[in-house]
Amino acid sequence: MNRNSEATLSVRDLIVDIPTRHSVLRPVDRVSFDIAPGEILGVVGESGAGKSMTGNAVIGLLTRPAHIASGEIWLNGDRIDHLQGEPMRRLRGKQIGMVFQDPLTSLNPLLTIGDQLRETILEHLDVSKDEAHQRAIDGLKEVGIPAAEERIDAYPHQFSGGMRQRVVIALALCAEPSFIIADEPTTALDVSVQAQIIALLRRLCRERQTAVMLITHDMGVIAEATDRVAVMYAGRLAELGPTKDVLTDPKHPYSIGLMGSTPLASAGKERLTQIEGAMPRLDSLPDGCAFHPRCEHARERCRQNPEPRLEAYQNRAACWFVEDLYL
Amino acid sequence: MAQANAMLAFTIQRVFQSIVVLLVVGLVAFSMFRFVGDPIDNMLGQERTDADIERLRGELGLDQPFVIQYAKFLGKAVQGDFGVSYRQGRPVSSILKERAPATLELAAVSGFLAIFFGVVLGVFTAIRRDGVAANIVLATSLIGVSLPTFLIGILLIYLFAVELGWLPSFGRGDTVKIGGWTTGFLTWSGLQALILPSITLGLYQMTLIMRLVRSEMLEVLRADYIRFARARGLKEKTVNFRHALKNTLVPVITVTGLQLGAIIAFAIITETVFQWPGVGLLFINAIQFVDIPVMAAYLMLISVMFVGINLIVDILYFNIDPRLRVDRSSAEG
Repeated sequence: MNRNSEATLSVRDLIVDIPTRHSVLRPVDRVSFDIAPGEILGVVGESGAGKSMTGNAVIGLLTRPAHIASGEIWLNGDRIDHLQGEPMRRLRGKQIGMVFQDPLTSLNPLLTIGDQLRETILEHLDVSKDEAHQRAIDGLKEVGIPAAEERIDAYPHQFSGGMRQRVVIALALCAEPSFIIADEPTTALDVSVQAQIIALLRRLCRERQTAVMLITHDMGVIAEATDRVAVMYAGRLAELGPTKDVLTDPKHPYSIGLMGSTPLASAGKERLTQIEGAMPRLDSLPDGCAFHPRCEHARERCRQNPEPRLEAYQNRAACWFVEDLYL
Repeated sequence: MAQANAMLAFTIQRVFQSIVVLLVVGLVAFSMFRFVGDPIDNMLGQERTDADIERLRGELGLDQPFVIQYAKFLGKAVQGDFGVSYRQGRPVSSILKERAPATLELAAVSGFLAIFFGVVLGVFTAIRRDGVAANIVLATSLIGVSLPTFLIGILLIYLFAVELGWLPSFGRGDTVKIGGWTTGFLTWSGLQALILPSITLGLYQMTLIMRLVRSEMLEVLRADYIRFARARGLKEKTVNFRHALKNTLVPVITVTGLQLGAIIAFAIITETVFQWPGVGLLFINAIQFVDIPVMAAYLMLISVMFVGINLIVDILYFNIDPRLRVDRSSAEG
């Protein structure tokens, strides 16, 4: 397999299955991508497109019965997709950090933020308690918490939403992981705070050369923060390419529709367009290309054959007719 | 500092509420005396004159307004004076003093059993949700919830006292007197005698606490901060006990507190089944003989315990949940 040894994270042909009573659902279907050190990969798509499921698979937090059915996940040259229990736990926090969507609920209300920082640092780094305390304060300073020395003994409810998300980021970064999954980190925040959090995440990851998988459905965040972007549809990658290219010149019909329906990406155009229909449910995926029922360019081939796979470093869009779409 | 002040204000407020509750219960206890007819009738025989009645009424203070009589009753009750038992002819307070240790020891042991096993099994069945052992425990716990206390007591007596002959079927065994307190903890027969009644009394509470802890724990384990704690790579033990269990305890403590009160109150049935010489048995006998002073004193005693436990629960609540502390002080200042 053409794995890139330079990349922090390499995912190859990842498949996640959820067995149910009647059938096996496949929320993530043959997904492959790389993230280089210091690179931010945006993952966009509608709800249920498999964005978060991909992130959870990488960090080993899939909730049963969902599980990795096949594929490979490599982190810093080590294969991690088969890890279970203790080895996986030691990886979480230490090698892979995670930032959740809602800062109001991701912190334990009964422990001070200092308690939560120190326990994470002591779990992963071989330091004394005093050192852990100092690192916790430094971590809070780094994410821009004012008066960190005093605030460290405060409880989560004493912080605003934006400040809490800063604390969550400090927690995700405190054991200095080389890779971070940020699952909709700004969705629950005020618009004015969103930009600050994105800028913070970007700055910290650049400084530390942390690879980031930024899951979002906000095109503004994609445009603002990411280097490359992966568009997901019905559990499959539809398109993956440099952010600028995908935003200005999308290749896959779904991406074209997505950009056309986004105010930011289609700036200057008269009207926003919409994609007819809705994403199919996982238990009723159509034969052939998952997008063909909604695709205005669909032909016989699309109805009968599954779309071509998106191979890392080979093609940009998973579509049979990428080249002649504009003909 | 602000926290200590908030705590003090909170405690004082709760103490006042408790006093109001006790005054109301006192009123109920006091009115019992009036509902069962004129005590003068009972005290003077058939051969009585109107003058006798008036004289006795004056001596006993029964000609005074209701409010003043109530105030006198309360004044005496506060000093531990509940009058003289109609049946035993002795001060109620000294009867209670003899009986209370038996009930309190029984309640303490069953309370401990209920909380300890309730929490441990609750956590166990929540963490091992799909395990065989957890499901067996859960199914068995239905018995504890659905069988009435007296039946459990009788079944236990039948099995362990009658058939197997391992444990005594009634009484407290030998007791040791320390100061004014008689304890069964220090003798072998006293401890043996405690086993069956305390299981009988605590079983229902144990299963209740277990099921409550389990459902709260399952709820908490789904919370985002638990997922985040896992994502931070914390040990499963840390996640379950430091993060999940502590959040579970907030609602559990409230219910548990009330259940401890119920243990003392429900001791009536267990004490009757096991002929346990505590206040519950005393109360049942008092009802049979319409011994109002004993009944009134029992009522007051139970309510003092309930109120006291609730006060402790509120203060514990305040200590566990930081959100209560700060919201209150910021609301007041």
